[in-house]
Amino acid sequence: MPMNILIKNGHIIDPANKVDGKFDLLVAEGKIAKLGKPGSLPSNGAQVLDAGGKLVVPGLIDMHVHLREPGYEYKETIATGTAAAKAGGFTAVCCMPNTSPVNDSRSVTEFILSQAAKEGAARVYPIGAITKGSKGEELAEMGELHDAGCVGVSDDGRPVMNAAVMRRAMEYSKIFDTAVISHCEDASLAAKGVMNEGFVSTELGLRGIPDAAEDVMTGRDILLAELTGARLHICHVSTAGSVRLIREAKQRGVKVTAETCPHYFTLTEDAVRGYNTMAKMNPPLRTAEDVAAIRQGLKDGTLDVIATDHAPHALDEKSGEFDAAPFGIVGLETSVGLSIKLVHEGVLTMPQLIERMSATPARIIKSGGGTLSAGAVADITIIDPNVEWTVNAGEFKSKSGNTPFDRWKLKGRAVQTIMGGKI
Amino acid sequence: MALSTKDLLGIKGMAADEIKHILDTASTFKDVSERDIKKVPTLRGKTVINLFYEASTRTRTSFELAGKRLSADVINISTSTSSVTKGETLLDTAQNIEAMKSDIIIVRHACSGAPEFLAHRLKSSVINAGDGSHEHPTQALLDMFTIREKLGRLDGVTVAIVGDILHSRVARSNIYGLTTMGATVRVCGPPTMVPPGIEKMGAKVYSDMDEAVQGADAIMMLRLQLERQTAGLFPGVREYARLFGLNRARLDRVGKSAIVMHPGPMNRGVEIASDVADNSSVILDQVTNGVAVRMAVMFLLSGGAKAEA
Repeated sequence: MPMNILIKNGHIIDPANKVDGKFDLLVAEGKIAKLGKPGSLPSNGAQVLDAGGKLVVPGLIDMHVHLREPGYEYKETIATGTAAAKAGGFTAVCCMPNTSPVNDSRSVTEFILSQAAKEGAARVYPIGAITKGSKGEELAEMGELHDAGCVGVSDDGRPVMNAAVMRRAMEYSKIFDTAVISHCEDASLAAKGVMNEGFVSTELGLRGIPDAAEDVMTGRDILLAELTGARLHICHVSTAGSVRLIREAKQRGVKVTAETCPHYFTLTEDAVRGYNTMAKMNPPLRTAEDVAAIRQGLKDGTLDVIATDHAPHALDEKSGEFDAAPFGIVGLETSVGLSIKLVHEGVLTMPQLIERMSATPARIIKSGGGTLSAGAVADITIIDPNVEWTVNAGEFKSKSGNTPFDRWKLKGRAVQTIMGGKI
Repeated sequence: MALSTKDLLGIKGMAADEIKHILDTASTFKDVSERDIKKVPTLRGKTVINLFYEASTRTRTSFELAGKRLSADVINISTSTSSVTKGETLLDTAQNIEAMKSDIIIVRHACSGAPEFLAHRLKSSVINAGDGSHEHPTQALLDMFTIREKLGRLDGVTVAIVGDILHSRVARSNIYGLTTMGATVRVCGPPTMVPPGIEKMGAKVYSDMDEAVQGADAIMMLRLQLERQTAGLFPGVREYARLFGLNRARLDRVGKSAIVMHPGPMNRGVEIASDVADNSSVILDQVTNGVAVRMAVMFLLSGGAKAEA
């Protein structure tokens, strides 16, 4: 049984309970016991943790992570990926099913969960596939995946190109009220593109992926969600067009949520210049107008969640011809530092940030986390919003260091996580 | 005066006086190819490697002759017969070659950015012989040399580039070079084959070929890659030739005697009519000038300090 903990001198931010102020927090038997005015709670033998003025928030949840196990253990394992998550301040991650084999069955889900139980440094919530093998043809056994522990379904990495298949998946998902998590990309428009289509792709002589490749599918999936009444969650939004479509859909009452990633509110397609494979991901980095729209979307709540799409790849794979490099960058260990910049820059308030990184993802995956309510499991993240630090990919806990943010100076970092009342 | 950089990766960012210097140097080397003994000792003892990941007759032979006429030791590696078929990476291949102490490596590759990738990691001078859709600097240099030779200048000249601009490294390098040297550049092709933002590179976009070539001093026809049809970029060769092909009638309507150019190889009857190619073009002059320009580039990358003759 974990020790009781008394966290003193912290600044509690718990958006789910509208708490934002200096309180002490008592954790007992792995659960949140109570909040009290500073100095008012007796420790009664609890371990005392002095938060020294830092932010004390519900454990952060990254709902879009690629843990690569089973099948691609040379890029990342559940052990190293969750270690990276913990180092980045996350107490939970959702792992995408594009492993090898694809997580479209109870056996793969159970394998992931058992590895996580043995070696995980953070909670792992698997996301199951929408279709068998993520081939986009036949529905996977959603009921089995749900019962085995999957918190949503996605064919991430690929779109479900056939609209009828996506429609059926959405209708079927209603049995379990499970989120249908969509990677919005029209494969025929994206074709063999490797970066955003525009002036930079013309100059570099690289095939471009137009905005429309994403927007066309965002629009389609929103309309299908409207038709079916399913819960749609849109992955890694990167374009102004998608932000606009999602905003309008929400105004109409469509059950849609959406996430974006730190790189889409921080970098533009110019990061690719020099054929920088560390800036190659799908969807690609876009223009300054798109970045502005993403930031506005986070601010006005159109974009509900910040997730990383943590996509580890070996250094060899990312070295060489730009065309040949796989898409994706890691993100768990830079997410808080990059996202807290939005607060420093006045785009979000701190409670809004914590909502986007904890309370809202918890609600979407129905994990029960994301709050510091009395009786809730004690998953806690402590953040120092002012510490200045330099990103060093060589020291990442992740097996892979494929990031465009290496050597960036950031201000703000998670310094501790507590999972189930255990430090 | 040598070139300011170790490598020649592209025309983008090159200063006008550097381009002029290369063209002037090429003039002196052109004479060498006219002699009975087509040899100068300029690069004697230097090792030049042609590392071609894409098939090429013209460019590779041109570089090979340029190197040999400068007395360098030239080796050709075509990757279909090399360890690349065994899966060796680009960097491993290049580093292995450099370990044999090469001085200049000439790279042609299907992927944009491949020569740049190598240039940052190798001590040898890297010459880009064409990378994906990105740049083909020696082609643009020989094109500018040819225009300057035939028209006496580059400044104030109007050049129309016609064809698949989207996939053309020749078009991009020429746009950079010609605009730097004060020429006006027009590009023309089906909208499906004109890349976004090309106007920002300094070229004016036309979709009507007669308008594009009206009053032009030089017309540069690009090769149509026939597999683009299966990719749905244009409906067929017949319509393409009618709308964007340079035939005698269209050339006569141009309004002045423009020089007709093509980087080769030509699809006769598609982008250019045989009659125009054979009787009214400077295509073969371009090829001759190519050797001279490549000699100049290799000379200048090697320090340019030795006497030319």
